[in-house]
Amino acid sequence: MAVSILHRVSGNGLAVVGTATLLCWLGALASGPDAYAKFVALAVTIPGRVVLVGLSWAFFTHLASGIRHFVLDIGAGFELEANAFWSVVTPISAILLTAAFWAALLLR
Amino acid sequence: MGNGTSIGRVRGLGSAKHGSHHWLMQRFTAIGNVVTTVWFVASLLLLPNFSYITVHDWIVHPLPALLLGLMIITTLWHARLGMQVMIEDYVHDAGGKFVVIAALNLVTFVAGGFGLLCVIRLALGA
Repeated sequence: MAVSILHRVSGNGLAVVGTATLLCWLGALASGPDAYAKFVALAVTIPGRVVLVGLSWAFFTHLASGIRHFVLDIGAGFELEANAFWSVVTPISAILLTAAFWAALLLR
Repeated sequence: MGNGTSIGRVRGLGSAKHGSHHWLMQRFTAIGNVVTTVWFVASLLLLPNFSYITVHDWIVHPLPALLLGLMIITTLWHARLGMQVMIEDYVHDAGGKFVVIAALNLVTFVAGGFGLLCVIRLALGA
């Protein structure tokens, strides 16, 4: 049940905040260097970083539970033990992927 | 089919016949999302930095511009379907539901139009 709630929360969070952030970024990019500099200045503030880290977490969470949905859709993984195991692996792998993403980004 | 109770009026009609289409479109767009968003995240990691010049010179190429445009279409379509499910679960008043779904449709098309305009503007070098 927790994975289901996480899927809905991360999905709707991405739909609203993710879309808004992507469009702000693209709009700034299309407007030119000055607008893009304003976007970057906003993105590196503490609230900006919280939003970006939150979005990356929501993305990997929705991706992981979405792939779990694909597996369940073909009728696999409904055995009690397998189902419980992957419901734990899904959110943990999302947190690890989020950490790996930021590590790769900051250490490049 | 009776005309007394509410269950009597709908008994024997079957489902609304729209659910399976909605469900399938959610999956088809999800497949598109996996392909385009994983490409997008991998591309962000492969960019040497996020300066205007670097990001701009990357997006103006035909393949990144095309994939970014496709990502906007498939993710917004998927988001539109997903948010509809949430609205249907929490907004029970028929009139309110109509207004919120209508607003959702408008916002989705405005967001998609704006995103695609940005990508086209960048790709065609305005």
